[in-house]
Amino acid sequence: MKSVYINSVGSISVQKTYESNNFLEEIVEYNDTVIPAQDPNYKDYIPPAAARRMAKGIKMGIVASKMALQDASLEQVDAIITGTGMGCLRDSEKFLSNILDNDEQYLTPTPFIQSTHNTVGGQIALELQCKGYNFTYVHGSNSFESCLIDAKLQLEQNEAQNILVGGVDEIGEHTVKLLKLVGQIKTEPVNSSELLLSNTKGVVFSEGANFFVFSNQQQASSYAEIVGVDIFNTLPIESVSNTAESFLKDHNLSVNDVDLVILGNNGDVRFDDFYNTLTSGIFKETQQAYYKHLSGEFHTASSFGFWLAANILKAQSLPKVVKLNDKNTSQFKNILLYNQFCGENHSFTLLRKC
Amino acid sequence: MSRGVAITGMGIISAIGNNVAENYQALISETKGISRISKIKTTHQNDIMVGEIAYTNQELETLLGLTPDNNYSRTAFLGAIAAKEAINDANISDINKYKTGLVSATSVGGMDMTEKYYYEYLDDATHRKYIAGHNAGDSSQKIAEQLGIEQSLVTTISTACSSAANAIMLGARLIKSGQLDRVVVGGSDCLSKFTINGFKTLMILSDTYNTPFDDNRKGLNLGEAAAFLVLESDAVVNSENKKVLAYVKGYGNANDAFHQTASSDNGDGATLAMEKALQVANFSSKDIDYINAHGTATGNNDLSEGRAIIRVFGENVPDFSSTKAYTGHTLAAAGAVEAVYSVLALQNNVIFPNLNFKTQMQEFSITPQLTFKEKPLQTVMSNSFGFGGNCSTVIFSKEA
Repeated sequence: MKSVYINSVGSISVQKTYESNNFLEEIVEYNDTVIPAQDPNYKDYIPPAAARRMAKGIKMGIVASKMALQDASLEQVDAIITGTGMGCLRDSEKFLSNILDNDEQYLTPTPFIQSTHNTVGGQIALELQCKGYNFTYVHGSNSFESCLIDAKLQLEQNEAQNILVGGVDEIGEHTVKLLKLVGQIKTEPVNSSELLLSNTKGVVFSEGANFFVFSNQQQASSYAEIVGVDIFNTLPIESVSNTAESFLKDHNLSVNDVDLVILGNNGDVRFDDFYNTLTSGIFKETQQAYYKHLSGEFHTASSFGFWLAANILKAQSLPKVVKLNDKNTSQFKNILLYNQFCGENHSFTLLRKC
Repeated sequence: MSRGVAITGMGIISAIGNNVAENYQALISETKGISRISKIKTTHQNDIMVGEIAYTNQELETLLGLTPDNNYSRTAFLGAIAAKEAINDANISDINKYKTGLVSATSVGGMDMTEKYYYEYLDDATHRKYIAGHNAGDSSQKIAEQLGIEQSLVTTISTACSSAANAIMLGARLIKSGQLDRVVVGGSDCLSKFTINGFKTLMILSDTYNTPFDDNRKGLNLGEAAAFLVLESDAVVNSENKKVLAYVKGYGNANDAFHQTASSDNGDGATLAMEKALQVANFSSKDIDYINAHGTATGNNDLSEGRAIIRVFGENVPDFSSTKAYTGHTLAAAGAVEAVYSVLALQNNVIFPNLNFKTQMQEFSITPQLTFKEKPLQTVMSNSFGFGGNCSTVIFSKEA
């Protein structure tokens, strides 16, 4: 079985992560409940005529994937695997409101065509003329992790050598209204740096795209090795610690071998206890980090956490702004990521320095 | 990677029946499930025909024993019904005895409820419970809950009309690699105003019964369905002494990389998908006894698929037919619906006729199987193609 490496990264987020030399040195602070992603110069990546027809999610996906290809010095990959929790929300909303507002008359096909969940994956394939394997996973907060499992399987078995993998979600205006109505989005703005102190229900909602090239061939420029990924549809809070330990054990590690644990805390007072049980329990003495105060929350926000972990392992440094406690870890070998959303769709991901 | 992937159970609900037995009866008695739409109010009612499932949501709720405060979309209802049948068929009483996952597929997700209450949500709280059910993964979470699958791998694939074929493919790979001992795979999609109008704007909906591979084909009929298979490892089959219905022998996925919605004229992606599937099965093209074609009856698909079949099989194209004339095009569920039909074909050594065909296509000379045919079958190939250039092929066989 071959090892699997993260050979490149590309990120569009509410931070200026599209600047390749900016690893969270310059932070954009927010005080809001819904935060749109920072726009890169799309024209550098997509012809303006084509970009005009694309909703933001498609554009973010294409740009992040092109950044990842450039970072890996590749022009082609063997497969494209995309994760998206909500899919192409803007085109879905546009087509649906056209149906309802005009009583099913005067409709144009473009928003429908671009509303399907696999639009981003299909568009990237079209751009690259990539005729290889092309999957799109749409399973809530495990959409991106499903991609990881799939890609890892193929690379380990040498069914592919280079795979483009990414998570992307976009904000939809109407969806935001609905999510506010059901308390999924916070009603009171909260400052980024105080996200975990909000003590309120709901999340700060956002969007983004994080793409990577995974390979079974290590390069000098590789970021990290993907050691393991496990997903769980349900996980009672009492079982989180045990599951983390047995996941580590599956990879011949124990809690003490973890140099950094990166958690998906999003400041939703209803569900952050899933993380707190780890930070005040088995990982109490471990260096801890979080990132959703920088990325906001969306179904594929964990791909930002993955981007963060990959960068930490490559740079061997931990940006101050993500520290959840202070343990002055000097070396980063094993990083464990844990994420869940609303108590469902939990994931553990283990990355290692390579 | 030499392990077998056994199919030990199946479940289905479609316009031609509420379970596997009813579907088989309809297939062999050539009974179509295509009619005018009755459950969705649409201005296109008299312009289109659909494959609609008779049960109302309320009846499905009762069948599942759910209380009225549930927030199931029709996609989730249908999926739960079919997945439960598959588990019963596989004689599984303790689902968590083995490491069991679920890979489901959907394109519609909870859109049926969203489109009903989209604006009402804003000032009336009555139906807001459905807001959380919109995302595609929600139906899979509910199906997993219905099956009692806990703390395990549950995921959802959405690659338009190839989705369920891809769910079968991922499931087979998870079994082969030993990540799971057992996995329930399939898909569910209900009819919705959203998809009806979407396909309508693309002008690929027929105003009458769909006619796959006919020269005068006018487009597709949309359908709703859910279908699931239980896949188990050799180890589970042996230790439980399981009856094996068939095996997932090969699979291939490729992208046409031609157009966001249309297939390339020569079916590049479809050709690649079929070739890859043959390669994984370690078969040559002459090893395939029957092809259950995607055959949606759109001008574009049937031409592209037909040409791809000729490219792969040359002079020796095996018997092929599309069953879309029975069920309509059930979108993300189609690959699973047709997987069930492929296994039924293998089990009964029969080929289901390609209904409604009158005129030979001009572009090539291959003709689908037009009448019910009995013939010993060892292998069946099933094709599913979708928007975004997605092309998928799965091969089923009697032998591991």
